[in-house]
Amino acid sequence: WALQILISDSLLAMSSAPTTSPSVDKVDGFSRKSVRKAKQKRSQSSSQFRSQGKPIELTPLPLLKDVPGVEQPELFLKKLQQCCTVFDFMDTLSDLKMKEYKRSTLNELVDYVTVSRGYLTEQAYPEVVKMVSGNIFRTLPPSDSNEFDPEEDEPTLEASWPHLQLVYEFFIRFLESQEFQPSIAKKYIDQKFVLQLLELFDSEDPRERDYLKTVLHRIYGKFLGLRAFIRKQINNIFLRFVYETEHFNGVAELLEILGSIINGFALPLKAEHKQFLVKVLIPLHTVRSLSLFHAQLAYCIVQFLEKDPTLTEPVIRGLLKFWPKTCSQKEVMYLGELEEILDVIEPTQFVKIQEPLFKQISRCVSSPHFQVAERALYYWNNEYIMSLIEENSSVILPIMFSSLYRISKEHWNPAIVALVYNVLKAFMEMNSTLFDELTATYKSDRQREKKKEKEREELWKKLEDLELKRGLRSDGIIPT
Amino acid sequence: MAGADGDDSLYPIAVLIDELRNEDVQNDTETQLYSLKMYSIIHIFYNTIYDEDEVLLALAEQLGNFTMLVGGPEYVHCLLPPLESLATVEETVVRDKAVESLRKISQEHSPVDLEVHFEPLVKRLASGDWFTSRTSACGLFSVCYPRVSSTVKAEIRQHFRTLCSDDTPMVRRAAASKLGEFAKVLEPEYVKSDIISLFTALASDEQDSVRLLAVEACVSIATLLPQEDLETLVMPTLRQAAEDKSWRVRYMVADKFSELQKAVGSEITKNDLVPAFQNLLKDCEAEVRAAAANKVKEFCENLPEDNREQIIMTHILPCVKELVSDTNQHVKSALASVIMGLSTILGKDNTIEHLLPLFLAQLKDECPEVRLNIISNLDCVNEVIGIRQLSQSLLPAIVELAEDAKWRVRLAIIEYMPLLAGQLGVEFFDEKLNTLCMAWLIDHVYAIREAATCNLMKLVEKFGAEWAQNTIVPKVLGMANDPNYLHRMTTLFCINALSEACGQEITTKQMLPVVLKMSNDQVANVRFNVAKSLQKIGPVLDSNALQTEVKPVLEKLATDSDMDVKYFAQEAITLQS
Repeated sequence: WALQILISDSLLAMSSAPTTSPSVDKVDGFSRKSVRKAKQKRSQSSSQFRSQGKPIELTPLPLLKDVPGVEQPELFLKKLQQCCTVFDFMDTLSDLKMKEYKRSTLNELVDYVTVSRGYLTEQAYPEVVKMVSGNIFRTLPPSDSNEFDPEEDEPTLEASWPHLQLVYEFFIRFLESQEFQPSIAKKYIDQKFVLQLLELFDSEDPRERDYLKTVLHRIYGKFLGLRAFIRKQINNIFLRFVYETEHFNGVAELLEILGSIINGFALPLKAEHKQFLVKVLIPLHTVRSLSLFHAQLAYCIVQFLEKDPTLTEPVIRGLLKFWPKTCSQKEVMYLGELEEILDVIEPTQFVKIQEPLFKQISRCVSSPHFQVAERALYYWNNEYIMSLIEENSSVILPIMFSSLYRISKEHWNPAIVALVYNVLKAFMEMNSTLFDELTATYKSDRQREKKKEKEREELWKKLEDLELKRGLRSDGIIPT
Repeated sequence: MAGADGDDSLYPIAVLIDELRNEDVQNDTETQLYSLKMYSIIHIFYNTIYDEDEVLLALAEQLGNFTMLVGGPEYVHCLLPPLESLATVEETVVRDKAVESLRKISQEHSPVDLEVHFEPLVKRLASGDWFTSRTSACGLFSVCYPRVSSTVKAEIRQHFRTLCSDDTPMVRRAAASKLGEFAKVLEPEYVKSDIISLFTALASDEQDSVRLLAVEACVSIATLLPQEDLETLVMPTLRQAAEDKSWRVRYMVADKFSELQKAVGSEITKNDLVPAFQNLLKDCEAEVRAAAANKVKEFCENLPEDNREQIIMTHILPCVKELVSDTNQHVKSALASVIMGLSTILGKDNTIEHLLPLFLAQLKDECPEVRLNIISNLDCVNEVIGIRQLSQSLLPAIVELAEDAKWRVRLAIIEYMPLLAGQLGVEFFDEKLNTLCMAWLIDHVYAIREAATCNLMKLVEKFGAEWAQNTIVPKVLGMANDPNYLHRMTTLFCINALSEACGQEITTKQMLPVVLKMSNDQVANVRFNVAKSLQKIGPVLDSNALQTEVKPVLEKLATDSDMDVKYFAQEAITLQS
């Protein structure tokens, strides 16, 4: 990647080389932001609050495999304690030897928890948790730039990853180990621990978020007592994300975990879960950076509907409420999600929402943005949706007809016009009597609409006149 | 009258209801609400059928102005039900607006109504199931507290306490952000007994987003307490905040430092805040250092005068020196924007000895923003030591900025040109800067050319018409023969800007012939700009020139083959006749 930037930078320099007046643009303002930003040196960062500035000395310990079995648990504890020491990775030159020593020790610990038996004494639990907490829990450093745009910018990577990765690796092996006993661990892996873990999901480093996902998933699976708490805290993170900050890097990862959590919900769904769907998951659709987690979000929604089809109506109404008005890219995403929902919709539910739904679809179909129109028209390639439309053609056809008819004449994009012809043809085959009727009345309907529009305008005019006439006398009107 | 108006009076309401139910919500929310306002049909809102947030937002705002429309303060409480439901909406902006309106109309309630209608609403919100209503409640306590009986007051305090330890961080954040405001309306004894414990708890909340809001409250609370209590009640928390493990909290402390300094007084400042400030200036996160650097001047200004200089010289200046060569450009540029202000505080000798080297170093900084910030604050130094001390280093810095690759940087330096010219004097300017100012006229970016034109006008205002005639007018007019039509147009733009400042004589004798000649330009854009220019400089010309020279040319342009040229020529003719 860095190489690519170098190349494109030099290309830029070359392209502006021939025009050498004193105030020539050395960087052209139209290049992509990511290209321009490549000049920044820092692509790595780390919380620096912990570094002490003095050199760190650790006394090397023998390898675990080199000591007799009985001494191993003791040595294991000692190694855990050593690994609590945290190094400053922003300073690439300091403590090189000790950094390497800790790395190899961590590696050894990873192997050890994977293969050994009988090492997990009760004293080991607090030490493991202490070592993991000491390494991974930190205040995440401020983002490189204020306007960090996850879609455009390269993420800042965690500088201490060489150690951090091994700590995560170790922790996952520990949680997955056959000897691991949640009943003992729950004293140390508690609500506070989980809370700190969840805060780390805001890390800009995708590698870290990936590990966190696995860790949280294991914890959710093994600690029944923490489940409700975890869900509630994720709730809070999402609500803050939607309504306060619009910034949280780990939304996709959390949704991914939720997808499998929802999958495991017992039936009938608790009110808490339904509330989560309506008050948290649906509003998540409004966020600007939707594209970063839309796939996971749509998956969660569909999971819910497969569990409980009666939720279809509130979900679709929710989507219609938040339907994007100006962002075509988002509109395409909404249409995609809607198709996923329609794929699993029950005919009885479909009937309940078909009117508002197809009013929206008819608007999408006539969108001047051809990708939106195209995405909506693709619904007619879906056999299941087609069968639903066919069953309810008497309702849907009148809603769709005028848009389709108009686009078939007016749309600028020939591909759209072709698609519309197919749809019209399908409708004609479905219900030819109704189709003929609608075609016959199309003109008079249009005229009626125009007339109605005009009448409305006149009403408003009349109202304004009244207003002028009555002036402030209306102050006296008190509602009953 | 009622009989005659009978149909009419119901008619608009019917129309409104019809229109309100219209599905096409985008149609003119404004008009809808305006009419609503006129006819005040509260019951429609009450059973509101909208779920469109934009509409709800406008509704929440309008309802705050409805008191007179519902019959005056006596009836104002009938606005409460719709606002209450709006205060529970998810969308933050709607909720905030509803709370704002509720706060507004709370003042219009009589004390009795406040207890009968308003306070129960606050209580309902405070104990709502969903977090939205509880966050809204936080903003309402302080407006009703001063005007209710002591039993109700006790209840309000209790509710506030509960919300401060709410389960959801959103509510705790809302409570923390209103803590200072609430403290202000409380009786002093309760500030000590209630607020301090809440403040301490919020300041050590597990979420940093809550803790940092407590820092803000700290300012208000500290001003409410007598000096002798500050040390025991506030300072431990503040010290802890200044060393919080989350940089966001430390950033907040740095950001509010001047306010905190004023609130805690000079004694504590000397003992506690000076070391804390030093630490913030040396913080490991650049964000924190930048916020602290921004406060350097204000902090120094507000130090107790008796040993201000000594504190600055021994404690602050060493940190400042380090910041000059900070690794982070935001830190350096934050510092550069205030560092010049120190010279007035420290006086001439100290400035020359200690600050000048720093200014010079920053003038050579690799980051243009740093240099720009120094240059834009030259006036502070000018007052203390005069600008000559700097001019040697200033020039290369200005030249480099003038040729910076980023047009915004160039734009910024152009804007300081008139100021610099004033401070450096006409000779220095002619010798060193004039060429730059002319070079900007042919910049690749339109915004720069435009700013350069405007800059010339300001320079002429400063140095006078004679100077203009000798130095810039010939060069500007020379560009009229440039092969690039954009440069030729720049001549016209310059003439537009300069004619007034240069006066009738120069305009008529030197500029007008050039403009008239350009009416034969082969590029239509130039020609219609000639028409525009003629219109612009018309008022400066005498009527003879207008009649004999301008009019024929405009008439010729009015028959041009290009549509736009015709249009602007016509426009100029109409305006001049």
